[in-house]
Amino acid sequence: MNMNKSDLLLEIGLEEIPARFVLDAANQLADRVRELLTEQHIGFGKIHVYSTPRRLAVLVEEVNEKQDDLHEEVKGPAKKIALDENGNWTKAAAGFTRGQGKTVDDIYFKEIDGTEYVHVAKHIQGRNTMDVLINLKEVITGLSFPKNMRWADFDLRYIRPIRWIIALYGSQILPIEITNVKASNKTYGHRFLGQEIVIREPKEYKTALLAQHVMVDYEERKAMILEQIHQLENEKNWHVPIDPDLLDEVSNLVEYPTVLFGSFEKEYLQLPEEVLITTMKEHQRYFPVKDESGRLLNYFITVRNGDANHLDNVRRGNEKVIRARLQDAVFFYEEDQKLSINDAINKLEKVVYHDQIGTYKEKLQRIKSLSQYILQQLPVSKEMQEHTLRAAEICKFDLVTQMVDEFPELQGIMGEKYAVIHGENPLVAKAINEHYMPKNADGELPETEAGAVVSIADKLDTIASIFSIGLIPSGSQDPYSLRRQATGVVQILANKGWNIDFTALLKESIKQTVKFSKRNEQEVFADMFSFFQLRFKHLLAEKGIRYDIVDAVLEAPIRDVKSLIEKAAILDHKKEEAGFKENVEALSRVINITKKFEEAIEIDPGLFENETESQLYEAYQQMKSQLYETDPEQYYQLLVRLKNPINQFFDQTMVMVDAEQIRNNRLSLLKSLSNLIGGFAQFSMIIVK
Amino acid sequence: MNIQNMILTLQKHWADQGCILMNAYDVEKGAGTMSPYTFLRAIGPEPWRVAYVEPSRRPADGRYGENPNRLYQHHQFQVIMKPSPEHIQEIYLDSLRALGIDPLEHDIRFVEDNWENPSLGCAGLGWEVWLDGMEITQFTYFQQVGGLECKPVSVEITYGIERLASYIQDKENVFDLEWTEGFTVRDIFGQPEYEHSKYAFETSDVDMLFHLFNIYEKEAIRQMDEGLVHPAYDYVLKCSHTFNLLDAKGAISVTERTGYIARCRNLARKVAQTFYEEREKLGFPILKNGKGNEHE
Repeated sequence: MNMNKSDLLLEIGLEEIPARFVLDAANQLADRVRELLTEQHIGFGKIHVYSTPRRLAVLVEEVNEKQDDLHEEVKGPAKKIALDENGNWTKAAAGFTRGQGKTVDDIYFKEIDGTEYVHVAKHIQGRNTMDVLINLKEVITGLSFPKNMRWADFDLRYIRPIRWIIALYGSQILPIEITNVKASNKTYGHRFLGQEIVIREPKEYKTALLAQHVMVDYEERKAMILEQIHQLENEKNWHVPIDPDLLDEVSNLVEYPTVLFGSFEKEYLQLPEEVLITTMKEHQRYFPVKDESGRLLNYFITVRNGDANHLDNVRRGNEKVIRARLQDAVFFYEEDQKLSINDAINKLEKVVYHDQIGTYKEKLQRIKSLSQYILQQLPVSKEMQEHTLRAAEICKFDLVTQMVDEFPELQGIMGEKYAVIHGENPLVAKAINEHYMPKNADGELPETEAGAVVSIADKLDTIASIFSIGLIPSGSQDPYSLRRQATGVVQILANKGWNIDFTALLKESIKQTVKFSKRNEQEVFADMFSFFQLRFKHLLAEKGIRYDIVDAVLEAPIRDVKSLIEKAAILDHKKEEAGFKENVEALSRVINITKKFEEAIEIDPGLFENETESQLYEAYQQMKSQLYETDPEQYYQLLVRLKNPINQFFDQTMVMVDAEQIRNNRLSLLKSLSNLIGGFAQFSMIIVK
Repeated sequence: MNIQNMILTLQKHWADQGCILMNAYDVEKGAGTMSPYTFLRAIGPEPWRVAYVEPSRRPADGRYGENPNRLYQHHQFQVIMKPSPEHIQEIYLDSLRALGIDPLEHDIRFVEDNWENPSLGCAGLGWEVWLDGMEITQFTYFQQVGGLECKPVSVEITYGIERLASYIQDKENVFDLEWTEGFTVRDIFGQPEYEHSKYAFETSDVDMLFHLFNIYEKEAIRQMDEGLVHPAYDYVLKCSHTFNLLDAKGAISVTERTGYIARCRNLARKVAQTFYEEREKLGFPILKNGKGNEHE
């Protein structure tokens, strides 16, 4: 069918949208427009999404001028209801056709599941696209944003006040009005370099705004910023590391980017690099500049919203600001150094960690005693023990420094710097920084043993404390990010390969919360344990272990994280080997038959009736004696050796005999064996083909 | 341009927009927002337009007059327009032009900054305005004041006078700023900065301040019960300032802090509610005057 097509343009002009919301909002707008057209059977071509801090826009190419016609078949009453015994149309039939705007002459029959029903064919003429597009009003008002506001007298809640709307189909303006804004074909250029212009046709949009110093394509703005930065890098022999989040943000803070650089006095380079970088990035959205060897230079790069005229003013202003900021930083840095670690720790006595849990000072004491417990399980030198305990007792001291107060993200980092300045052992200092690791899901893990121990102690203490006052994360509610911390504990234990008894470790961490705990220890333990089970599950899944094997090893008692991972890895590795299926089936058979049998009683070999029973019993005893102090690999080999005795036993022996004594004796043998097998994994959960 | 001329320029600009020019409110406060001309008038349906300079006292920021950027008391130029007019951003930018800042020669941006003052039960959305990277103005659409939803919404524009002046006069040290010909900020505020800092950090009588906080609080509640909003609110402001003095002295532990802030917030909420009720009893007179539609 030949249908006229025109382009559709929708632009929402807003007061500056927060940079972090721009892209999502524009994509949402495009999705909703696409949904509307699809739902309304209006054919369309390519969709372009545009956005700047002041506008969200969608341009749809070649939108049909009418909805597609619809051919619909409507089912009515059954034939026997539609016709009376004389073959005349009944009232039911007439009523149905009337309701569909048809007459009984239009009726035909169609069989559905052996019954004939009345049907009529309907042809619904498509409406004009112009009429349907009125619904774009709901598309605009229906956008959802993470933060909404009201303005003036209006009830609408929106990301920021709406200032203008373009709603253009071809050259026709759609009659849409939101708050006091009527849609038109007028838009506005750059706040200072542009003016009001008329968009006669949607396809002019991008070029017309470019002439007004607005680049509506976010990717193009981003590319332009990068290009200008690269140009500076080449000219000056600089290296400018690009933080992608920062690049995204600045691309959404400008409509027309011009990159410029500024400098600050060299003396500020004496500040720790992290302080300089944080000051530039967090406060000013600057890109720090390095030389080719990666050393920070006394320059910064910023992006202006505008053209290259009067850049000197902009540079001077920005230099003034960064100078004041760095002066502050120097002040904090010098003042902080006057505070001894001891005084800082004493101040922590007044800093509340959580009003139901207590102060940071108290938390430090718990971290230290839990660190001590962990150290006892590890083969570490006396010296390392001392360093670890020192790190544990002071790891939070930098929280009361002015620098961390100003830049919370520098916690730990400043701790390390200040600790070195105060003459702490470098290892202690490093551990202070590392105890916050990992900082996110795939963040760096502590390198030093001291850092790892204190990190585990701190995180476990946090989880145990919060659980003990009943604030367990649920759904999306995890205000203390306990999941991330639990994952961190698991990752560190896995990474270090320490075989610390995990159950005992949890119990130890809970024991320390008695002073403020609101719940009994067993309950907290149960909650914490199942909380950690989920982390283990994710950890194993991330290592690529097949899900049924993950479930099977998690069903077995967890001794330590290291052996848990090894067991899963062994099974996952062996699953491809010949004989795996037979092994699993034999072991599962023992588990399955004894599932309902609660408690093994002492096995009496005198009650054995055939040789296979004695052989299985012998295999069991042998395994039991060897199992002590085996590693998972040996454990698995021992289990494999059970296959033949098990199969022979089941071939020759009937377990469920009537004689109760004999039956229980056999079940007890199997149950004892099952316990040994289940200590490795619940083999019956493993899927074998 | 010296500070005095800046203030005169801003006053003229906003007076032309129909703002009532007012003077600073005569009770100590930490920010222009706490003036009754903002805090109370942002409540309820009555229209309001006002501009005033507010000396803002922040005891903990005192530096004995020695720090080039920090002051015990700085000045804010505060504008409130209710309901928020349509072209408020442009009107604001025109005020910068009036101060001699040509946007074409600078980089001016509206960067997201949402404002919250839990101790007054206030929340708003908006931006900080950046001039070549420097924050010179807080621009906020009030959403909630004293725990009450704002309807209509007021827009609040707060210029940091010293900040802006240090840019316009290109001075590194706030005390070198020229207030008016022949007088610098140091001439006028140098001694008080030193003395107030010394008072706040060293010589203030903590027991007396705790005592004052309690009696101010009691009096605020008593006057509210009488339906006397403005006297009650004066005592709320006194509570707030007394708390700031105690805080600067380090007399309030972190735990207690939460408690004191909650007490201030409860007072503020109660005042806000009482103000609304009293205006309602009067029949929202400014609305009745028909001024509500004047600018629509």
